[in-house]
Amino acid sequence: MRKAKISRREMLQGSAALAAGAVFAQPVRAAAPPAEAITPALIEAAKKEGKVIFYTAMDLQFAERLGRSFEQKYPGISARVERSGAERVFQRIGQEYASNIHSVDVVNTSDQAHVILWKRNGWLAQYLPEEVVKFYDKKFYDPEGFELVTRVLVSPFGINTSLVKMEDAPKSFADLLDPKWNGKMVKAHPAYSGTIMNSTYQTAQVMGWGYFEKLAKQNIMQVQSATDTPKRIALGERAIMIDGAGYLVIRDKEAGKPVDVIYPAEGTPLATSPSVLMKAAPNPNAAKLFHNWMHSREGQQILIDYARQYSPHSQAVEKPGVRKLSEIKLMKEDPEAIEKGADEVKRRYTEIFKV
Amino acid sequence: MLRASRRRFNARHFKVRQVTIAIPAAQPPKKIGIDLTKPVLYGFAAVLLVLIVLPMSWLFYYSVSDGKGSVTLTNFTRLFTDPTFLDPLMTTFIIATSSAAICCLVAAPMGWLVARTDLPFSGVIRALVTASFVTPPFLGAIAWEVLAAPNSGLLNKIFRSVTGAEQDVHLFNIYSLEGLIFVISCYTFPYVFTLVANSLDRTPGELEDASSILGGGRWYTARRVTIPLVLPALLAGALVAFLQAMTLFGSPAILALPAGFHTMTTKIWSLFQYPPKPELAAAASLPLLILTVFLLRAEHMILGRRGYSVVGGKYGAPRLIPLHSLRWVAFGICLAVLMLPVFLPYAALLNAAFSPVATTFLTWHNATMHNIYFVLFELSAASLALKNTVILGGATATIGTLIAVVIAYVTARQAVKGWRVLGFLATAPIAIPGIVLGVGLFLSYTRPPFVLYGTLWILLIAFVTIALPSAYQQLQAAFRTIHPELEDASRILGATRLRSLWEIIAPLLRTGVIATWCFIFVGVMRELSAAIILFTSETKVISVLIYDLNESGDLGAIAVIGIGMLIITFGVVFAVNRIPGFGNVRFRNS
Repeated sequence: MRKAKISRREMLQGSAALAAGAVFAQPVRAAAPPAEAITPALIEAAKKEGKVIFYTAMDLQFAERLGRSFEQKYPGISARVERSGAERVFQRIGQEYASNIHSVDVVNTSDQAHVILWKRNGWLAQYLPEEVVKFYDKKFYDPEGFELVTRVLVSPFGINTSLVKMEDAPKSFADLLDPKWNGKMVKAHPAYSGTIMNSTYQTAQVMGWGYFEKLAKQNIMQVQSATDTPKRIALGERAIMIDGAGYLVIRDKEAGKPVDVIYPAEGTPLATSPSVLMKAAPNPNAAKLFHNWMHSREGQQILIDYARQYSPHSQAVEKPGVRKLSEIKLMKEDPEAIEKGADEVKRRYTEIFKV
Repeated sequence: MLRASRRRFNARHFKVRQVTIAIPAAQPPKKIGIDLTKPVLYGFAAVLLVLIVLPMSWLFYYSVSDGKGSVTLTNFTRLFTDPTFLDPLMTTFIIATSSAAICCLVAAPMGWLVARTDLPFSGVIRALVTASFVTPPFLGAIAWEVLAAPNSGLLNKIFRSVTGAEQDVHLFNIYSLEGLIFVISCYTFPYVFTLVANSLDRTPGELEDASSILGGGRWYTARRVTIPLVLPALLAGALVAFLQAMTLFGSPAILALPAGFHTMTTKIWSLFQYPPKPELAAAASLPLLILTVFLLRAEHMILGRRGYSVVGGKYGAPRLIPLHSLRWVAFGICLAVLMLPVFLPYAALLNAAFSPVATTFLTWHNATMHNIYFVLFELSAASLALKNTVILGGATATIGTLIAVVIAYVTARQAVKGWRVLGFLATAPIAIPGIVLGVGLFLSYTRPPFVLYGTLWILLIAFVTIALPSAYQQLQAAFRTIHPELEDASRILGATRLRSLWEIIAPLLRTGVIATWCFIFVGVMRELSAAIILFTSETKVISVLIYDLNESGDLGAIAVIGIGMLIITFGVVFAVNRIPGFGNVRFRNS
């Protein structure tokens, strides 16, 4: 008993081994699963289960809207949303699975690196919705059906236009080091948010870690979530959002709040946000139904219309007001590097920003 | 609940009485004993041992472990040389000392005014202190963000519009060390107030009368009689305030992290973020534990030196000191102080609940029901969290009160060998930051034979353990004021210990027990630090939900849930106060 697993990381590995041993060994290359439509049989089976549990890193209002829309479409199935930052969701699932608690059906994370580890642990089910195969670009789904891209996020700057005029606002990461922005900026945390994990890694690649050391001297307000920074500038608490969910700034702007987005000159950090279906899902049919519906045109249209995000669904109708991804200079994602280097990113970040 | 336990108690008592008359063999053997005290007490001792010693052992084991199974002291070396640990240690010490001092400066005069003078509406003041006591500190911290964030805070906005100051100028910055100390003091001072006021309430007027008869003036009497009598309570209060401020997690997490500094609790919490470093966290929590043990010893010596039994028999009501023309001034000052923990934050929460943006002033035109609609009909985690919280609150309060009564009795009467150990065990958890206890429990109960993680049981254990110290201290203080002579008289006349407990001590303790029950229930609602490591999606509680919402900046939803939480809390306090037969019991701000 004393020799038992000690860190959560070891627990994670231990349970991974357990999972791999208990179920059929993961084939080296799994066969592509058949593309599946939403059938009356699936709906019926899902209704028998009655509920689906969805862990996600997307903004709470949006996640709940998605859940309620699903409930309206399929009465009798309730959707419970557990929202937190992607890094926290990752920690939560690791902790629960290590204790043999399988309470999650579908997960949406904003850090692709998580999927790499879950897949390696053998925790993911294979499932391909029909619409995904038909209407998604190949780069947006795993042909083996382990993961589907639900949304694509960018992390631009945001400003409160009543505190700083657009023409005076910083246009690049380098501009943020100007002493006049001292005490006026808010930033989210990579140990909480998957979007910020991506943006921190990518910014460090482009600007170097030395950039963050200079930025840390600017008396920055440090919050946790990438969905919090847009809210802080909307409140008027700080003039400039260094990173965070650009879609919330756009939503607030469209709702008449004095905010706007700026895509920095050096490039805008990018975070592709995939969803997965858990193999040990407690409500497997409701999970399939939700997973399928969320990636259908209907689910994706809510993503565009309500949440103002980028959809991988080619049939979903874009709504003007959001700059096209192809027109933004984007930084480059590297999930494999983050999978290996996330701990190092967090360590250096904490060292530099003190919290 | 109380009535139920009373029925149980009566039933057992009845059987015991029967046994002494009937033929012993006709009854189950365990009922034979005339005095059931010892087995009951040892049972409780065993429960306590499991509750506390198990996670504490893990804590100690981890603090000297290198994570690979060998023993090492490197964790401590790092703790006392690495500035990322030394800074939070210093910060925590500054916060705890300042808060304790502020609490005493505010609460002691206020307690005296309420208990010993003819202050008008002293009942209202007591009720308002109760309100600040039951307000969860993290909710207060969030409300103060809305009030005093440097740029968007409502108070700073008012300041700027009144003075015409520039946008950059602010009156208050809640994201600072001073801001944090202020908010912590707001919700810690009721501990001191309660102890002081209760002590004054119980101090018999005869002592003061005697002083007056012997020629002591009013102020001389206060200085030489009243203040020395209340000093132990004040010192105990300062101690509790210090310990509360030291082990608080929510307020620092909400206010210190955005300001860019850590306290020990938030530092320990951050060590459990992925990738976790439980060894360092365990080592970091040991200095807090040692400091607490030291302070508790000091308290014991202070209290132990003085004769403190003031309920011996009948005594008269204390004379109230007339304040004359200062009555309303004093009342005004009390009210002004209570603006800070109660009126202003509640107003801020109401504003945030109904206005479109939390820090926009609410008007008739911009009022929105969106936040309420969202919480009631869209926020899917809310109803489950509410249910879990109510179940855990009730269960913890019932079990915790029972354990605390027994242990307080044992230590106050030194009824069994090793009572000191029991007292120490019951007090020890106050020094374990909830987050560390959480991890200790997590490690203890995720493995066979007790796999409790993912169930409400593990949270129940955590909450009972966390509730014990203050419940125990409160009841122990109550026991100390009841002289054993009352009990001795009953025993001499032939009653068993349990009977004299039930018929003599219980009625005297009734107020204290009810207060303790409420105290624990309210404590569960505001417990955050252990819950945050022990919850799973199925066992989330309201405090965790609010913390989640704060991290994602959903202030409107927090305001709605927070107000709901306050209503439930006040409802419980009110209902317990109205239990039939307890109608004449005044709830004493606990």
